[in-house]
Amino acid sequence: MTHFLEFSNISKGYPGVQALSDISFGIGKGRVHGLMGENGAGKSTLIKILSGDTRADTGEIRIEGAAQNFHSTRDAFAARVTVVHQELQLVPGLTVAENLRLGHFPAKAGVISFRELVEDVGSKLRDIGIDVDPRTKVAALSIGERQMIEIAKAVMQDARVIALDEPTSSLSSRESEILFRLIDRLRGQGKVILYISHRLDEIFRLCDGCTVLRDGRLAAHHATMEGVTRDQIVSEMVGREISDIWGWRGRAIGEVRLKVAGLSGTRLPKPVSFEARSGEILGFFGLVGAGRSELMRLVYGADSRAAGSVSIDGRPVAASDPRQSIRAGLVLCPEDRKFDGIVQGRSVSDNISISARRHFSPFGILNLGKEAALADGFIQSLRIRTPSRKQDIVNLSGGNQQKVILARWLAEENVKVLIVDEPTRGIDVGAKAEIYDLLYSLAEKGLAIVVVSSELPEVMGISDRVAVMCGGGIAATFDRPEFNERAILAAALPDRSAAEPIQKVS
Amino acid sequence: MTGSLKRILLGEQGLVVIFAIAFAVVSLTVPNFLTERNMLGLLQSVVTIGIVACTMMFCLASRDFDLSVGSIVAFSGMVAVMASNATGSIPLGLLIAVGFGTFVGFVNGVVIAKLKINALITTLATMQIVRGLALISSDGRAVGIKDASFYQLALSKFLGVPTPIWVMVALFVIFGFVLNRTVFGRNTLAIGGNPEASRLAGVNVDWMRIWIFTLQGLVCAIAGILLASRITSGQPNAATGLELSVISACVLGGVSLAGGRAAITGVIVGVLILGIAENVMNLLNIQAFYQYVVRGLILLLAVLLDNLRSRSLGRR
Repeated sequence: MTHFLEFSNISKGYPGVQALSDISFGIGKGRVHGLMGENGAGKSTLIKILSGDTRADTGEIRIEGAAQNFHSTRDAFAARVTVVHQELQLVPGLTVAENLRLGHFPAKAGVISFRELVEDVGSKLRDIGIDVDPRTKVAALSIGERQMIEIAKAVMQDARVIALDEPTSSLSSRESEILFRLIDRLRGQGKVILYISHRLDEIFRLCDGCTVLRDGRLAAHHATMEGVTRDQIVSEMVGREISDIWGWRGRAIGEVRLKVAGLSGTRLPKPVSFEARSGEILGFFGLVGAGRSELMRLVYGADSRAAGSVSIDGRPVAASDPRQSIRAGLVLCPEDRKFDGIVQGRSVSDNISISARRHFSPFGILNLGKEAALADGFIQSLRIRTPSRKQDIVNLSGGNQQKVILARWLAEENVKVLIVDEPTRGIDVGAKAEIYDLLYSLAEKGLAIVVVSSELPEVMGISDRVAVMCGGGIAATFDRPEFNERAILAAALPDRSAAEPIQKVS
Repeated sequence: MTGSLKRILLGEQGLVVIFAIAFAVVSLTVPNFLTERNMLGLLQSVVTIGIVACTMMFCLASRDFDLSVGSIVAFSGMVAVMASNATGSIPLGLLIAVGFGTFVGFVNGVVIAKLKINALITTLATMQIVRGLALISSDGRAVGIKDASFYQLALSKFLGVPTPIWVMVALFVIFGFVLNRTVFGRNTLAIGGNPEASRLAGVNVDWMRIWIFTLQGLVCAIAGILLASRITSGQPNAATGLELSVISACVLGGVSLAGGRAAITGVIVGVLILGIAENVMNLLNIQAFYQYVVRGLILLLAVLLDNLRSRSLGRR
């Protein structure tokens, strides 16, 4: 039986790594198919081959029975295969309509007919079911809306195969639901959708079948999801049974370490106060736009404060300056690893030692031996998967990059308060469990840990206490015994009576 | 065979290998090239570019840019001459010149780091301001040196090698060490790799940028003093277009304009390639006008090679 899209004996090696070995599976027309695997399992490589970004060493891709030979992304485009990447590829300064017709504007003698452009794009967006004004600048859209536009672009280019790489990683649950409805419609139109996600509930909600990769090999292929269980997929991904991925364990909670009082800034106008205790993991939950990351950036001093104070063990942290915070023992693993976390082009070792190296550099001269020992020590103890400490950090998977950022702060020996913003975004199940475990052991050592997450199960799974943010303030806090999914979510939802008047009335 | 050749040429040390091959070929084919006299002349001719390239490497590695170097070199050379003439003391004159260059660099740094003005624009402005000041202060004419011992700066020799070459070599060693082995150097590269992440990781980005430009000014002053001594006067029109030669040499040496990547060996090779190309064309009596064309072609080739190299290293 031939499938609409078929991967046949695909192998791909990079120097030192066999990224894919002998992958074969097929997907039928009008099916949404999940592609799962830990980071580094080979999903990205497979997608790159599908998009023509790289070429397989052996094997081929067949679409409607015809072998495809992609030399470039252009070839894949011509074969009507589109990949929507995690990093969106829209031009922020142009409008939605311009982005969607970029390269083929309706024009007479080189002059663009904007009316035709807007009408044409508008009607197509309505057909697809996306409610966005085509005249809006992309820069003014939320990430969720941009994701929709990116998918609309694929549809308007008449793609037969659409691959979505972690599409919901930065979407709120409401935005995700709109996306799922869009995917359901595309399924009805006979498209083949390859859906890559770490979120099992989404795979079960959306997919007709799924394929699991592990260490570059095909671990499992399910043509249908019938009779497939979550535990089964998780164990196929990691090769072992994980019953409880949170693994929360109780510990003694001590004195107040972090005290934030009346803190406000430009992006967080209302003053916010909270405390975190020694040994405590304080979770921050809230919907997108609730002000969680803004608050954490203010606490850390990444953005300048308008008012309020931050103190650690009773001692105030002086200015709005990350360096002062680090010296006081307050550190932040930022939400956006790529833009605020890793230093691209530099080695794993350099990324680990960037802050702590001042401790072993008399007169500013580095002790290379110590730097290497520090990096190797963390690579081993945190199980950072990298060929060597000299590897450029961009070549590491998301989970391993996160571990490097954590190592950067663990290398600072006097850390008292660790803020982790979205600790496991875009990270696979196995690495997640490792990161949680690390957070517990740090809390056991007496650190106060603040974890920001937009995943409610995660916040509930690992925190001792949860603060719920809504509209730039803390709406409620819950102790672990009182954790209740509905109550926390209800506290996070904006007050309807306050929000409604802002919506258009006409 | 072709595979391993490709690996060598596109590898980390590819440029050095190519340089070695080119050097060997030129030595064998061009008469009078590999003589002590010509070698010293060649090194003398790259002293200004070589010295300024040391700190330009830091500028580029931190994702910045400095167009004002040529003007600072010219004016600090003049300041050295004028101050020596006025005070009657050469050491005092040199000190004033170095202070002046450092001050211009510091101003560049403060405007760029604190007032957040683009480095290209800032240094384009100071380039013109400083050149203008040089012309104003001398009425557009060369300033002669009163005390003949000023010439000794460029003429004196140590172990048979002229002082300026020693100064250049010393600066290569110092800045090579600073780049790789000090917190300052590593932080420079980190800023170039990702300025915001570096700031959040506790690197004092503003302070670093001010220091980099200040050092650039200081080093330009040293180059300017040696140049004035060699051309035996303070010339307001000296070192025009120097900024482009220096940036070319750095790019030739694999310094990334996008920041985060630099190596002193590359910069040295880049400087020497420019020097050899000019030297060989002089030896072969090729008209000076062609030299611009050749330099441009070398730069393009080097960048193409670099592009191939980063592509073969591959993005996973």
